[in-house]
Amino acid sequence: MANEIAIIGAGMHPWGKWGHNFVQYGVAAAREALADAGVPWQDIRFVSGGATVRCGYPGYVAGATFAQALGWQGAEVNTSYAACASGSQALAAARNKILAGECEVALVVGADTTPKGFLAPAGGYRPEDPDWVRFYLGITNPTYFALYARRRMDIYGDTLEDFAAVKVKNSRVGAKNPRARYRKCFTAEDVAASAMVADPLRLMDICATSDGGAALIVCSLEYARKIGKADAPRVAGISTTTPTFASGVVEMPDIATDSAAANGVEAISYRSRIPLKAYEEAGIGPEDVSLAEVYDLSTALELDWIEDLQLVPRGEAAAWLRRGDTALGGRIPVNVSGGLACFGEAVPAQALAQVCELTWQLRGEAGDRQVKGAKVGITANQGLFGHGSSVIVKK
Amino acid sequence: MSDKPLAAAIDGWHTMADKPHLIGTQCTHCDTYFFPPQNQYCRNPACDSTDFRQVELSRTGHIWSYTNACYQPPAPFVAADPFQPYAIAGVQLEREQMVVLGQVVAGVSVADLRVGMPVELVLETLHETDDDIKVTWKWRPLPTGSNPATGA
Ligand SMILES: [Zn+2]
Repeated sequence: MANEIAIIGAGMHPWGKWGHNFVQYGVAAAREALADAGVPWQDIRFVSGGATVRCGYPGYVAGATFAQALGWQGAEVNTSYAACASGSQALAAARNKILAGECEVALVVGADTTPKGFLAPAGGYRPEDPDWVRFYLGITNPTYFALYARRRMDIYGDTLEDFAAVKVKNSRVGAKNPRARYRKCFTAEDVAASAMVADPLRLMDICATSDGGAALIVCSLEYARKIGKADAPRVAGISTTTPTFASGVVEMPDIATDSAAANGVEAISYRSRIPLKAYEEAGIGPEDVSLAEVYDLSTALELDWIEDLQLVPRGEAAAWLRRGDTALGGRIPVNVSGGLACFGEAVPAQALAQVCELTWQLRGEAGDRQVKGAKVGITANQGLFGHGSSVIVKK
Repeated sequence: MSDKPLAAAIDGWHTMADKPHLIGTQCTHCDTYFFPPQNQYCRNPACDSTDFRQVELSRTGHIWSYTNACYQPPAPFVAADPFQPYAIAGVQLEREQMVVLGQVVAGVSVADLRVGMPVELVLETLHETDDDIKVTWKWRPLPTGSNPATGA
């Protein structure tokens, strides 16, 4: 297909709470991806970095920082900030460069060191900042995840046991993933015994923040053929679309949704729109998908995503979970990497980590996490400020 | 009970009356509502109006979803000592076709709530300062059988 590029290398620094500089994780991931691709660093003509914003000097978390650490060699650089979708946006930038014929082979990299404790907004009296407003009124990140989870319970009949089952399912595969931070098989009793944070979500229903790094080497199909990797997995679709007015689900950090009162305007769920462009670009439908890596910021949110990606009918994700259909070996395995439940979130690296897992799965190199006969994988994530993404990788 | 004066925790976002309302804005061209109030640009992509009127939003609605805060949030939240958990609700306003978040009044827990339950807006203490009691909007369940759609 004319809009496809090849993924010839994937690499990750293991997730954890290592406390080192993020550059070190990015370099380790990049070197692993380069070695995996068999491409010398000096041949990379474009370095596309995922960014995040931290107290201090935000411009430092950037493509150029990794390019310097790997050794300046005159490549062009790019830095993408799109919250949780930063990695996908960085991948999209590399794809554009390659499809435009300006570069044959590119490095896409994201890494983060997360601060300890709550991420709190700047102080003072600043009602113009929605993040300040919601913390001032006592509304934290788990509030939003819990509102979505409770809605599932009251409308679809999902239960606390279902949410715990997501954690149990993901921890079972995450325990086999050497790159995961949490590698213990948790039980439903473990989840039930953890502290309630935002009813109905307990501590073990909510993902942590982690340090980590992920990288991809991507190239034109012609370059892949030239180096004997014509059958490498391909990026078949990328969506980084914004919400559509009127955004009808209250999103972090907002205190209210858009109003859909105007003539001809209706309330629209952002999450369910994110994958549409990816499916369209790839020319495939949900029925073609072999596996999905979705952003399980909470256990319940994984169930929302499965429906938003149209992998199962609306309201039926818990039934599929109960039957084992979303587990490894099931009809549509979800988060066989272990997901955020086992990794914790490293924002600018996470969307790339999802694509790394799909790459290994589609190559058949995922070991005892392998989804048999995996041909098409899809990722999905959503973060602050109307950023979200979905990437489709196929054989 | 403290005899300090009452003051809005955030200025200009709600009235201070007995039956308080959130104060929003409405685009005079396309009728889209905004809360928090804003009057600089209309966010409806089909509208480029810069003309807004200030409006009192419906003070009743139905619960869209709900949860609680079992742990003390970080600053700028000012917690009571010891921290008192509180419920939180997102409330669907019929006329405005939007969901607004807020705490639920003290003494009401998640066990008392359900999606679709009618609620009304009241003012309650958010925290006290040396000079005054900061109040903000909170949601309070209405008696079963009441119809908030007509109780604007
Ligand atoms: Zn308008």
